[in-house]
Parts: sequence; C-alpha cells; structure tokens
Amino acid sequence: MASITFIEHDGTEHAVEIEPGKSLMQTAIDNGVPGIDADCGGECACGTCHVIVEGKWISTTGSASEDELQMLDLTPERDDNSRLACQINTSEAMDGMVARLPEFQM
Amino acid sequence: MNIANLVAEKGSAIVPMPLQIKAGHLLYKAKRKAGIYKEFPEFVETTVPDVSTLAIDDIDVSNPFLFKQNRWESYFKRLRDERPVHFQKNSLFGPFWSITRYEDIMFVDKHHELFSSEPFIVIGAAPKELSVEMFIAMDPPKHDVQRQAVQGVVAPKNLKEMEGLIRSRTQEVLDSLPLDKPFDWVEKVSVELTARMLATLLDFPYEKRQKLVYWSDLAGGGAATTGGSNDTDELFRGMADMAKHFSQLWREKEAKTAAGEPGGFDLISLLQSNDATKDLIDKPMEFLGNLALLIVGGNDTTRNSMSGGVLALNQFPDEFTKLKNDPSLIPNMVSEIIRWQTPLAHMRRIAKEDVELNGQTIKKGDKVVMWYASGNRDERAIDQPDQFIIDRKGARNHLSFGFGVHRCMGNRLAELQLRILWEELLARFGNIEVIAEPEHVQSNFVKGYSKMMVKLAAK
Ligand code: HEM
Ligand code: FES
Repeated sequence: MASITFIEHDGTEHAVEIEPGKSLMQTAIDNGVPGIDADCGGECACGTCHVIVEGKWISTTGSASEDELQMLDLTPERDDNSRLACQINTSEAMDGMVARLPEFQM
Repeated sequence: MNIANLVAEKGSAIVPMPLQIKAGHLLYKAKRKAGIYKEFPEFVETTVPDVSTLAIDDIDVSNPFLFKQNRWESYFKRLRDERPVHFQKNSLFGPFWSITRYEDIMFVDKHHELFSSEPFIVIGAAPKELSVEMFIAMDPPKHDVQRQAVQGVVAPKNLKEMEGLIRSRTQEVLDSLPLDKPFDWVEKVSVELTARMLATLLDFPYEKRQKLVYWSDLAGGGAATTGGSNDTDELFRGMADMAKHFSQLWREKEAKTAAGEPGGFDLISLLQSNDATKDLIDKPMEFLGNLALLIVGGNDTTRNSMSGGVLALNQFPDEFTKLKNDPSLIPNMVSEIIRWQTPLAHMRRIAKEDVELNGQTIKKGDKVVMWYASGNRDERAIDQPDQFIIDRKGARNHLSFGFGVHRCMGNRLAELQLRILWEELLARFGNIEVIAEPEHVQSNFVKGYSKMMVKLAAK
C-alpha cells in the first residue's frame, strides 16, 4: 500500500494509506491522526491543519497559493516547509512522504 | 486626515498620548456644538415585535433589543430561510446587508480582497477623532505585519507558561464563592476571572484590574457603534485614562529591563523584546490600538462564554449529567459553548467591488454584516443547531472566532480559560443552578449577560 507517515510532536508515528485525490488533512482526520483540528473544514481559512513536510517531499506537494501563504504567516510555528494539509491533494507519488505535526495548532 | 493621526505622525514623540486623545475630544465636542456631528439618539426600549408580523424588507436586525429581549433566533431563522442575503435600507446605522447563512459568512470572511475591514468592524461608526489603530480593522498587508508583532503573547507556547498562573487565579475566585446562597455569576465569576486574566496578560497592576474591564466595556458599548448605552464623552475620558496607564506601564517595564531584570511573558515585555515593535510607544495610536484590541478582544467574549456555559447546562440538564459523568468531554464542550453562545454576534465589512452573493448584488461601498450568531444556528451546516450537545461531532467547526486572516488571535487563550474554569468547577461543586432569568446586554454586537443569579451546591 502507498502510505504517508505523520509524526506527532512527541515522536509518535502514524503510517496511513493514501487514497489518491483526498486532501492530506482529510487523510489524517479519517485515520484518527491527532493534532490536526481543521476548524474551517478545509477552506484554507483557519490555519489549524498545519503540517511540516519533510525534506524533498515539499516539492511533491506542489506550491502553496497566496491565500495559504497568508494564513501560514499567522502561524507562530511556521517553518520553511510549512503547509496547510487541507491544501495538499494526495497522490500515489507521495508514497513514503513524512509530514510532521507542530506542537500546537494556531 | 483626522487630528489624532496627524498628531500621531507629526509630533507623537513630543505630545504625550493622553493629551492627544484630549485634543481629539475637544475637537469632537467643538464639531458637535457646531452641529457638524449630530448626537446619536439614545435607544429607547420597546417590545420587539413577533417577526412573522413584519414584511421581509422591514426586518432590522441591528435593533439592539433583539438580543436583550432574547428574540433574535426567530428573526435570523426567517432571514436564513427567506432572504439569506438581506438588505435593510433604513437602519439607525445606515443601510446594510445581512449575511446569515454559514456558507455565505465563510465566503465573505475568507475574501478580504473583496470585503474590507476598514475603517471599522462593528455595524456603526466610531468617532473619527478617536481612531486608534487596531489591526482587526486593517486590511493586508498592514494587518499582517501588525498582527505578527503581537501574536506571540497569546500563542500556545506562551500560554503554556501562563497556564499555572491562570489556574491558581481561577481557584482563588472559585474558593471564595458562597454555597447555597444566591449570587450574581456575571459579577462574581465571569467579570472577575476575565479581569484577572487580562491583568496577567498585560502584567497590569493587579489591584487596578477593574479598570481594564471598565475601559473595555466603554470601548465596546457605544450607542453609535453597537446600539449600547455608553456616551461618547465618557468614552474619550476613559481612553485618555487608558493611554496614561499604558504609557506608564511601558516606561516602568523599560526601566526594569534597563536595570537588568529578566523580561516576562506579558504583552509589553514581548513587544519590547521584538525589533519590529520595541519602539511602538513612539506611534501612540498604534500602541494604544494594539493594547486596546487585546483587552476588548479578551474581555466580554470570554466573560460571556463563562456565563453562557452555565446557562446552557441549565437549559439542557441532561448535558450537565453527561458532563459530570465524563469530565473528559470538557474540551469539546468548550467549543460547543463558544458556538452556542457566539459572544460576538457580528463582524462588519465594506464591499470593495460589486459582488454577487446568493442571488443578490452587493454594490461596491456597501456595508456588509456577517451574523456569526445566525451562521452558528444554520440548519444547512450544523445538525440540530439550537441544541446544546457537549459531545457534538465537529464542535470546533463553528463561526464564533471568524475565519480568514482576521481569525481570532485569542482563540487558544479563550479555550484554555474556559477549560480551566470547567475543570475547577467540576472539582468543587455538585451543581450550579440558575435561579432566575438572566439579564441580557443591550447591543447588536456583544451577545451576553449583564446579570445571572445562581446558587451553588456542594459536591
Ligand atoms: C470566546 C472568546 C472569543 C471570541 C468568540 C472571539 C471572537 C473574535 C472574532 C469574531 C474576531 C474577528 C474574526 C474575523 O473578523 O474573522 C476576533 C478577532 C480577534 N480577537 Fe477574539 N474572540 C475571543 C477571545 C479573544 C481573546 C481572549 C483575545 C485576546 C486576548 C482576543 C483577541 C482578538 C484579536 C487581537 C483579534 C483580531 C485578529 C485580527 O484581526 O487578525 N479574542 N475575535
Ligand atoms: S482546515 Fe482550515 S486551513 Fe486547513
């Protein structure tokens, strides 16, 4: 199975199956990965689905839109590889990708 | 350009801030005397009619007695069902659009490029001479820069440092409450706790903390802005007093740091330790605006959630039982309380271009009011929205904190305070009984309680 691994702030890992086309946020929620609130339900309007994509995988996730960058700017734990998980569409190409969860969501 | 800004830009470093506000006040009074400004009429309370007797165009949800008399639910339900994007041409606050459905509110809140937060975010207008600069009423990019400068103070990392202090101050208040004796929950608990929290956040002299509440109530309760009952002269005097205290606080902190004391986790220490804001005091209106925004933002919102939760659990007693049996539901209940209460009923925008929304054309320059209180009861987005369900699925998906770049900066602090309050309440008391109908605030913006008599039972 093609899978993505979420790593919680305390190091707990969750490998979950990729369902191509589903957002990374929804993938986490549907698999019970803790640490993502998704208060706006995927509208790119709350910033509570923040993840930090590891290393080279950031290019596989595509680039963030203006709106997304603006929401990320409001995130105190912003990192160079920060993305909003609701704005990433998963695909088979992400097999093996690692996404870290921040200590807190904004 | 108004005098306050002019003075702020030209001579801020030399003219002390309280004097600038006094100058603004004089100008305001002169203009009023000269008839340039009309005194905003005082609201006289009359019985709010049954909404089914009104023509749809005559419905005016800016009436500040809608919440006071607790008639708002039927009004907004009718708008949601019949005219979800509704135009009222004749209100005392001028013509305005009402946005009442969840999905449409999300749309407006997200699209700051179509809907501006400037010059102000409540339905009415604030006196121009008192235009303190708050980033809640600024559009990007200016908004983003200012928010980033202060958001650290309420960021979860900082809150972790403050949690212990918030908890012990909550315990003190709760331990002083009488058992089996009626008292006003609003005064003894909700107001007191929020005042303590604000004083903690600002490291404001603890014994003067009621001043924070007073200033904040003044700033949010004008007749012309939100249909409240405060008068404008009192507002100016209050703001001048606030400016005086905050500048003093700034200077004292500065002196302490210069003397080698370690910086704290309070707002002013953080501002002073950040390069972008260490000279904020030289921009008085911005300085004042940022501080005022934090105290206003964190005052009656959390206060009314503290009262609202008690009322909700009394109206839905099965939920109270559920809670006592399973206190791990507290975090989810906190979100449900904030949805059910919706402490800020609306935010206002101005359309920057013509926008088509749900069959209506909003014209460039029109006032657009997003009614969060209505969106949070929208049957289309929320299952059984009038029910208070502490283990509701998706309880976090409410509109009370807004969405988009202006999303509430204090959301985690509010949630933390409410979580601590309920943890400590359940540890102490077996019951909190509301023993009389609560009194509601007169406002179309602040949705809350001025009085709520309760009686506590031992555990
Ligand atoms: C239950 C409690 C609270 C509620 C319901 C609430 C609600 C709101 C709402 C509706 C907005 C505007 C959102 C928008 O325009 O989209 C807002 C913004 C804001 N709130 Fe809160 N608030 C609460 C608590 C607090 C607290 C405790 C603080 C700070 C100590 C705070 C500080 C702010 C600030 C600074 C903004 C402006 C954010 C910006 O413009 O970027 N709020 N809040
Ligand atoms: S779920 Fe709100 S921004 Fe992603």
